[in-house]
Amino acid sequence: MDLVSNLALGFATAASPANLLFCLIGVLLGTLIGVLPGIGATATIAMLLPITFQLEPVSSLIMLAGIYYGAQYGGSTTAILINMPGESSSAVTAIDGYQMARNGRAGAALAIAALGSFFAGTVATFLVAIFAPPLTAIALEFGAAEYFSLMIVGLVSSVALAHGSIVKALAMVALGLLLGLVGTDIYTGTPRFTLGIREYADGLNFVGLAVGVFGIAEILRNLESEKTREVLMARVTDLMPSRDDFKRMLAPILRGTVIGSALGILPGGGAILAAFASYTVEKRISDRPQDFGRGAVAGVAGPESANNAGAQTSFIPLLTLGIPANPVMALMIGAMIIQGIVPGPNVAAEQPRLFWGIIASMWIGNLMLVVLNLPLIGLWVKLLKVPYFILFPIIMAFSSVGVYSVNANVYDLYAVAFFGLVGYLLLKLRCEPAPLLLGFVLGPLLEENLRRAMILSRGDPTTFFTRPISATLLAIAAVVLVVVFLPAVKAKREEVFVEED
Amino acid sequence: MKSISFDTTNALCGGLLTAVGLFFAWQSFGLELGTAFRMGPGYFPLVLSGVLTLLGVVILVQSARVHGEPMGPIAIRGMLFILPAPIFFGLTVRGLGFVPALFFTALIACFASHRMRPLWAVALSLALTVFSVLVFSYGLQLPYQRFGPWVRF
Repeated sequence: MDLVSNLALGFATAASPANLLFCLIGVLLGTLIGVLPGIGATATIAMLLPITFQLEPVSSLIMLAGIYYGAQYGGSTTAILINMPGESSSAVTAIDGYQMARNGRAGAALAIAALGSFFAGTVATFLVAIFAPPLTAIALEFGAAEYFSLMIVGLVSSVALAHGSIVKALAMVALGLLLGLVGTDIYTGTPRFTLGIREYADGLNFVGLAVGVFGIAEILRNLESEKTREVLMARVTDLMPSRDDFKRMLAPILRGTVIGSALGILPGGGAILAAFASYTVEKRISDRPQDFGRGAVAGVAGPESANNAGAQTSFIPLLTLGIPANPVMALMIGAMIIQGIVPGPNVAAEQPRLFWGIIASMWIGNLMLVVLNLPLIGLWVKLLKVPYFILFPIIMAFSSVGVYSVNANVYDLYAVAFFGLVGYLLLKLRCEPAPLLLGFVLGPLLEENLRRAMILSRGDPTTFFTRPISATLLAIAAVVLVVVFLPAVKAKREEVFVEED
Repeated sequence: MKSISFDTTNALCGGLLTAVGLFFAWQSFGLELGTAFRMGPGYFPLVLSGVLTLLGVVILVQSARVHGEPMGPIAIRGMLFILPAPIFFGLTVRGLGFVPALFFTALIACFASHRMRPLWAVALSLALTVFSVLVFSYGLQLPYQRFGPWVRF
């Protein structure tokens, strides 16, 4: 069996002492930032990217992936204990998880979340292992036109999943694409939009943009109103869920895993959507819908499994096509490029150790999280009490060092400040930054493939509609766009995102 | 109510995006456009800036109809101290060297919060600098001068 030997190679890679260590560091860091307020996985990974330079490619990607799913765990911990989701995907967990904690069942809620996540993570890891190779085979058939259409699907989905106004999200995509084009034109060598600054000839630094728009803008928002956070904490006792809990969490976990795995593959932030979808499903089919919002076990188990499965399967488009499904995946692409790996379908064939190592490390990382987090709960709870004004100078110092160490280019630091301001402005203007970052990453690729496709078709734009795969992809994009503009869906979508806030 | 009112946030947002779109369009015209067959460096950016300008106008027009929440407070103090921190680091990391540049960067950032006491700020910045030097300079061997030419005797 190919799958078995591939997975064996993966586990052999991921289980080397060094990689185990980096996986551990990753999940611990991830949990830490998931618990701490005001700093998300995106900003952390952006800051740590440069440091991973020094590591082997496999180790660095394993660590970054660990931060990502570690943050999901940490986020659910704070959602349950203090009703404050550390990551947006655990917002749903807060609804019933916090109520369970108030009923004195914090321990059980945490354990249910952890076990559900672990189960979903395990299943999703296998799904990635099963589906990645055939998808890679399809992706190898892709020409320039198909890549172009696929990226359009990705961008449109990111618009559909953004908060607030759809028109603004579309504008963010366009702005991101334009910013991505800053730098030297690859075909002619002409500098574009560099305002005469030679240091920007290689383009704007991706890490600088991400740190500014996600990290600094978030700090500024937190500084608007400084309040002491109330840590009204129930003491965490009795981690073991009762037999009744087990019976009631089983089906929601299974359903959550299925929903999450399917939605995670969608570009644009599947984990968040998956959690909401799972909650809605559980509430609808439950025989006791009145329990939801008052501490229903299913309301924790389902969404937690769904968001973890979604986080895991969002690696599928990254590993097979080199297309990021969300901002974190976009950063992973950045990390691969820094390491000299061209993301795309060739990774599986040319770097099997890397490819399968990452997949195997996801399962190991999830195991570590279950084993570590439940006993370490006390420590994370203490960290919740760290005041914010201690945190942000630390974040500022680390991000300055991090951004500078990418290219030792001081202009990147000026870009950080500039994009911090831009990011804050966008927050104030109620614009979502995620589509902007996705656009920024895809901008150069999109243009390159568009130009190549046009040259290949001798200037005939119908090439995008006459090639079957490309036409299908564009049709999907059009359907998604039409659907989000439908009045009924629009109203529902607004309702969902209001709940989240 | 017959009077025309605007949602300021959206009006501002639409206006800014339109302006940015027009700026990019103006810059694109300075580049060779080419044809759809052989696109020049300016073709795709021009299309994009057209889209951006159009979307900006749509948001601007909508701002007269749809109303949202007000903008809320603005972190003036935060902006005054947070944004200069990386700029300061950029300006001084070569001259002063890694250690002093990082110390002052952290110190500047500290004052963004009105709850930070000066003594605490110095202590925190010192601890942070020591930690970073150990991790980045000695641990990860990043090739920066710890003390630059400006502070050498």
